Amino acid sequence: MPKFVFLWTDLVLWLVVATVIAYVVHVRRNADLRKTWQHVLHDAPAMSAAVVLIAFITIALLDSIHFRPRLAAVPGAAADASEAYATRTVSPLDLLLRHAVEAREKTYSVPLAYWSFQRETAVVDGREVRELPRLAHGGSHLQDPAREWKPDLLKRSLAGIAGGLVSALLLTFAIAALRDRTAGGWSQSLGEMLRGQTEIPWRAIVLTTAVLSMFVGWLAAVWPVYHPFGTDRTGNDVLFQALKSVRTAVVIGSLSTIATLPLAIALGVLAGYFKGWVDDVIQYFYTVLSAIPPILLVAAFVLLINVYIDRNAENFATGVERAEFRLFLLCLILGITGWATLCRLLRAETLKISELEYVQAAHAFGVSHWRIMRRHILPNVMHLVLIVAVLDFSALVLYEAVLSYVGVGVDPNSSSFGSMINLARSEMSRDPVVWWNLATAFTFMLALVLAANLFADAVREAFDPRARAFRPRRFRLKEAT
Amino acid sequence: MLNYILRRIGYALLILVGVNLLTFTLFFAVNSPDNIARLNIGAKRVSQDAIEKWKAERGYDKPLWFNSKAEGFDKVRQTIFYDRSLRLFTLNFGTSDSGRDIAHEIANRIPASLALAGPMLLLTVFSGIAFALLLVFFRASYLDFWGTVVCVVMMSISSLFYIIMAQWFFGKTLKLVPLSGFVPGLDLVKFLALPLVVGIVFQLGSEARLFRAMLLEEVGKDYVRTARSKGLSEPAVLFGHVLRNAWLPILTHVGALLPYAFLGSIVFESFFGIPGLGTYVVEAIAGQDFAIVHTMVFLGSLLYILAYLATDIAYTFVDPRVRLA
Repeated sequence: MPKFVFLWTDLVLWLVVATVIAYVVHVRRNADLRKTWQHVLHDAPAMSAAVVLIAFITIALLDSIHFRPRLAAVPGAAADASEAYATRTVSPLDLLLRHAVEAREKTYSVPLAYWSFQRETAVVDGREVRELPRLAHGGSHLQDPAREWKPDLLKRSLAGIAGGLVSALLLTFAIAALRDRTAGGWSQSLGEMLRGQTEIPWRAIVLTTAVLSMFVGWLAAVWPVYHPFGTDRTGNDVLFQALKSVRTAVVIGSLSTIATLPLAIALGVLAGYFKGWVDDVIQYFYTVLSAIPPILLVAAFVLLINVYIDRNAENFATGVERAEFRLFLLCLILGITGWATLCRLLRAETLKISELEYVQAAHAFGVSHWRIMRRHILPNVMHLVLIVAVLDFSALVLYEAVLSYVGVGVDPNSSSFGSMINLARSEMSRDPVVWWNLATAFTFMLALVLAANLFADAVREAFDPRARAFRPRRFRLKEAT
Repeated sequence: MLNYILRRIGYALLILVGVNLLTFTLFFAVNSPDNIARLNIGAKRVSQDAIEKWKAERGYDKPLWFNSKAEGFDKVRQTIFYDRSLRLFTLNFGTSDSGRDIAHEIANRIPASLALAGPMLLLTVFSGIAFALLLVFFRASYLDFWGTVVCVVMMSISSLFYIIMAQWFFGKTLKLVPLSGFVPGLDLVKFLALPLVVGIVFQLGSEARLFRAMLLEEVGKDYVRTARSKGLSEPAVLFGHVLRNAWLPILTHVGALLPYAFLGSIVFESFFGIPGLGTYVVEAIAGQDFAIVHTMVFLGSLLYILAYLATDIAYTFVDPRVRLA
């Protein structure tokens, strides 16, 4: 039995997942909410984005269970010797991609290469020559790399992509068959799906899944023997770093957003409901907070936690625990410094709602303040909370990169897109250019943020009818009279 | 109007007091004056005497909040907090912990910051509005659709990518402009061209999308239909009526951007080696120089408040219906 390590970030992330599931159950039961969410479900870009987001979140969750594997007992040790655990904390993702962690090269290598990046002196036929030595792991299965490399790569890539395509096709048929019960006939169901005539945009979903699964198939074929995105300065696999960074990005995006909610909701509703001096005090607080330039405020808080962590170094058994605690505190800081915007929105909305007749009626019936706020006001401002929360996610993922650059971001030891980009900055001025680190970070970050943005747009459109007017159309609708 | 401005100034002073309290607490929650002294003297083994002398020279030898040894009002006045905060209100910034005159430093750095941030703000807003107008003019067409798609993609890319790629492509590969640096005089254009272009491009996506939404909000209103039914051409409606009415939300947005324009973009200044206020802040954070951080936070919040006041007053010019009271 491995020794589980409970990290704050993991716990909160799983709590978020549980909350989302509970919310989904709640939406299914509630007719109004169901109808609103159907706007999102019927939106093709949003559903494509959802497929990509689910892939990213799966990676993040696989990387969010941490444990220290039990070491094999030393031969000859006493039977009752205490169990020994590895000093490294690992996650299921680490175990799944063990080959990528172990296939460590000396330094940089070009994506998919079998040769090293740096020339070394070797003795060939008694003479010293400078040559590019072969990598220790990448392409090490080839007998004669100069001749076999290209065909091998081509064969593997084709097989992998074909495998991905076949599984995507199988999925398409499976969905068509499942829809068969409601849409008359199997082939008609498939036809409707492919012509884009279904209510839920199955065509977009299936296409996105197909692209994703072809990518995964290609990786499955190529990754075991090559480094598909090259290696970084210390010889680590870049793709593995990128996948580890996904978790950091998801944690920052979701945890920081969650951290803003308690303060923003409580203070916003209180200020809008009680008005008067309560409103004045709360407004004063958030004006002070938003008057300080955000980066300075975050920096001041981060200096504070650095000192705290340094003083309490003995509380953290492993490096991962320390890095994760820092990440957790960083999310809290982003929450504490970022609640003003949502609070202002909620205050304005509460001001409006608390003047409405049904609230007046509740007052007349003698309902307590607390109950009015909880039962009558809070449910009617939740759509704002949801909109701001999904919009904030992508902004925070981008913000993390800037914070890491200024030097107040995540722990230098944990991988994040920000630290990948920072390293890439000096790599771009090398000759030959080391471009794959930046390109990988760019691709993954763009995919994540773009998907989050598209999904957030659909949610906003669903919950804020005014936003629907801003939706771009490819063709002019018949102008309403 | 005068009454309104006076009230706003009173509130502004209250906010500044709050900002001061917060910065002071945050900074001294982790750093004792002894630590600061040790950091600044720099030597490995520092005697307690040297620390005391350093603290006495810079006024760090008093208690933080409350001086129990003093009499009467001096109980509050003879403290670091009082010393450090009150003189900021008279714009007397004093010396940094490393002994340089802060006001002099700031005055030296403002031109560099303004040279980058001023044009950047103007051009960003201008290009954002221009692009948004284009999209709105051709609304519900392929141009609008793909223009918006491009906007969403552009705002999903981190600013750091734009900077690194532009430096690599224009600076290193094409050698059109120097990579980074700053010289006074006409040559400045060469150094500022790249950061300006990158700054505009990276904000274009989010700005244009925002302005497009603001303009579309106006396009849907009744007076636009009336204008059209009078037989006005679409450009006349758009520029003469819609744009004029959209100024109000646009102004609010620009007002919120103003304080950042002055403080300078920290990222841009340090990437392009521009010796402005942003670089100053980064160095101060790295060196834990409280005096500088404190001053910059104060200046930043002062500008934030001024920008909001200026926005409010500008409303009255843009929209005659707005009366400040």
